[in-house]
Amino acid sequence: MIPLEHYLIVAAALFSLGLYGMLTRKNAINVLMSIELIFNSANLNLVAFSRFVTGDTEGQVFALFVIVIAACEAAVALAIVMSLYRILKDVSLDEASVLKG
Amino acid sequence: METLAPQIIFWVFAVLMLGSAVIVVHGKNLVRSAFALLATFFSVAVFYVLLGADFLAGAQVLIYVGGILTLILFGVMLTNRIYNVNLQTATFQVAPGAMVSLAVFVLLTTVITRTPWSQAAIIEDGPTTARIGRSLMTEYVLPFEVASVLLLVALLGAAMLVRRRTDL
Repeated sequence: MIPLEHYLIVAAALFSLGLYGMLTRKNAINVLMSIELIFNSANLNLVAFSRFVTGDTEGQVFALFVIVIAACEAAVALAIVMSLYRILKDVSLDEASVLKG
Repeated sequence: METLAPQIIFWVFAVLMLGSAVIVVHGKNLVRSAFALLATFFSVAVFYVLLGADFLAGAQVLIYVGGILTLILFGVMLTNRIYNVNLQTATFQVAPGAMVSLAVFVLLTTVITRTPWSQAAIIEDGPTTARIGRSLMTEYVLPFEVASVLLLVALLGAAMLVRRRTDL
């Protein structure tokens, strides 16, 4: 039996790696990948708590909603990156300093 | 030996998940990062199976690997010039970023190890799909419908954003 803390520590490590990627990457798509890592670590925590603490499927339903919202986020964010690329010919976040399209 | 098998699977896939996540956030090649993300998503699905969440593991593989990762790969391919084979990607602020994320990790680990978690009940093993479906149709029916509207809005918004600006 693997204790709850092991799952939580692995999820915390995944979260920290995603945070590191968000802070250090210049490419917008890489930042999106790091955000997906953070979503996954949060979901891992929800499912682990649902198994060990509450003992029902409540946390899994929440994780399912997180997955749905992550799909929406990925679609809209990639559309924004795509139109940014069309305007600037670059996806570096340093270049994205104007609001006007 | 049978009680040891979940432990071995846990540690093998924990190493795979964190190792591929390091490649995602620190690799020099954008396409390699995207494929390392595939390994991370699969390891998370294995963790869901270990936690007895079979429906969620299937949803993880279908939506993350089949949907989001494909979308990200399309993004990688469309936003880089084809002749630019390397698809290099730069990093900056490496030292402050590493310090902040390490501090967050130490903080989280301290909280996790010091909190006396009330481990009340272990969920009974078995298929969870029927239970999830029942709670989606009864208790969480409003968030379920709102999520469907959100998906529609995201679909329309994404299509509107990437449209050619000639007819505006």
